[in-house]
Amino acid sequence: MDDIANDPGLVLNAFWVTIQLAVLSGLASLVLGTLLAAMRVGPVAVLARFGTVYVSIVRNTPLLVIFVLVFIAAPTLDLLVKTPFLVKGVIALTIYTSAFVCEAIRAGINSVSLGQAEAARAIGLTFGATMTQVVLPQAFRATVPPLASVLIALAKNTSVAAAFGLAEATARMRGLTNNNADDRWLIFITFAIGYIIIVEIMSAGAISLERRWRVTR
Amino acid sequence: MRIMRTRAAAAAAGVGLALSLAACGEAGTDTATEGGDYEVAENAADNFDDGTKMKELAESGEVTIGVKYDQPGIGFKGATDDIPVGFDPEIGKILAASLGIPVDDITWKETISDNREPFLQEGEVDLVIASYSITDERRAIVGQAGPYYVTGQQLMVPADSDIDSLDDVKGTEVCSVTGSTSLDNIEAEGATPRGFDTYSECVDQVLNGTVDAMTTDGAILLGYVAEHPDDLKVVVDPFSEERYGVGYSKDSPEMCQWISDTINEAYDNGDWESAFKATLGESGVDTPEPPEFDACEA
Repeated sequence: MDDIANDPGLVLNAFWVTIQLAVLSGLASLVLGTLLAAMRVGPVAVLARFGTVYVSIVRNTPLLVIFVLVFIAAPTLDLLVKTPFLVKGVIALTIYTSAFVCEAIRAGINSVSLGQAEAARAIGLTFGATMTQVVLPQAFRATVPPLASVLIALAKNTSVAAAFGLAEATARMRGLTNNNADDRWLIFITFAIGYIIIVEIMSAGAISLERRWRVTR
Repeated sequence: MRIMRTRAAAAAAGVGLALSLAACGEAGTDTATEGGDYEVAENAADNFDDGTKMKELAESGEVTIGVKYDQPGIGFKGATDDIPVGFDPEIGKILAASLGIPVDDITWKETISDNREPFLQEGEVDLVIASYSITDERRAIVGQAGPYYVTGQQLMVPADSDIDSLDDVKGTEVCSVTGSTSLDNIEAEGATPRGFDTYSECVDQVLNGTVDAMTTDGAILLGYVAEHPDDLKVVVDPFSEERYGVGYSKDSPEMCQWISDTINEAYDNGDWESAFKATLGESGVDTPEPPEFDACEA
């Protein structure tokens, strides 16, 4: 426990890397996932097909394999060699999480009754305008609970990066337990609490969004 | 331990190891049997007092030993090997032999850095011989007899790297195994630590230029340089002291004296030296003077 007591910054820094990974790949996944969802429900057959293939390939691939592809296979092929490790971590997590974001958002879109889109088209809105002005605002409301789950899973998935050069919380925890074998439990509990705090903040955010966007039907 | 510092010498050693690797390439277990000829004590159970862990093990005729599976030269088990090979398994065989247990009756179990103490505490293994550096924190919860080998941390860099002193690592990215002491030490020198799961992944990261260097105990690095003599070199004198000990459970403190006596006997009768030559010595390192054991608590 000496290490933690003497240097609380070590734990905070470790979680700072975890948070950077989670926030950056969370934002990137939301953007990419929304695009993918738009492709899948959109009228362009090629894009819809691409979205479907992307989701089925990525969703069927373990996250660890994606990390191996980005961190070990790609540099062997001279790709991403000089890319900072944090960026590579964000790339790997985004590839994976965006497939789940896409499906959560698609579920939301499907929950908006077809009449809404038809009415929008009937008053002359384009596909883009129909999506951004009519369908997506309603869809996001329905996607808050599943999206929160996806992003919470993402926050915990960042721990996979421990084995790929990123000194995030899990990596630091392993270093501390290795050096302080006699304080294993305290170290475990300290880091568990850190993850719990992150996840609780995300759940609280999701709940308040749900309240704010609640519709009176 | 004397470590070669020039590339040429390392390359020469590399050729030697490469040849010997090629020689045992067809039957992975060849090297395992090479060093494993230790005289198995007969009626060993009679040599130990009743109620001791040694008596119990000798009577059961079986022992479970935790070793590393991913450190060439120290403890390594390839996908097709039946049993792990390396200096640590050899020490395990010497200890088992003194209990009257032949190599075939030893159960090997892979331990990683994280689970060595829990394995000892829960009785999952009887002994841990897994590049297990002796530290005060570890001795607080498990027993560690030794050192039976002393090594030190060094750096391995691409052959054309500019890094040739410890000062040069500031601001560079250095790879080692996640959570290892080596990684902490190199971070203290101002490098960015890059932890991966295994040493071989680190070697790949160095080879493809993603990280600037790799660091861990010199003996392990030399094994990898031997595999890639044209691309890699070991630089910097050892800058830490790792004293490998044999881990045992605190429930059986009597094991310390037995481990100490047995390995000291192996120092004298040449078993320790032949174990070293058959494993770590293959990378061209001279056999060091055997280190003196710490006294066991009475």
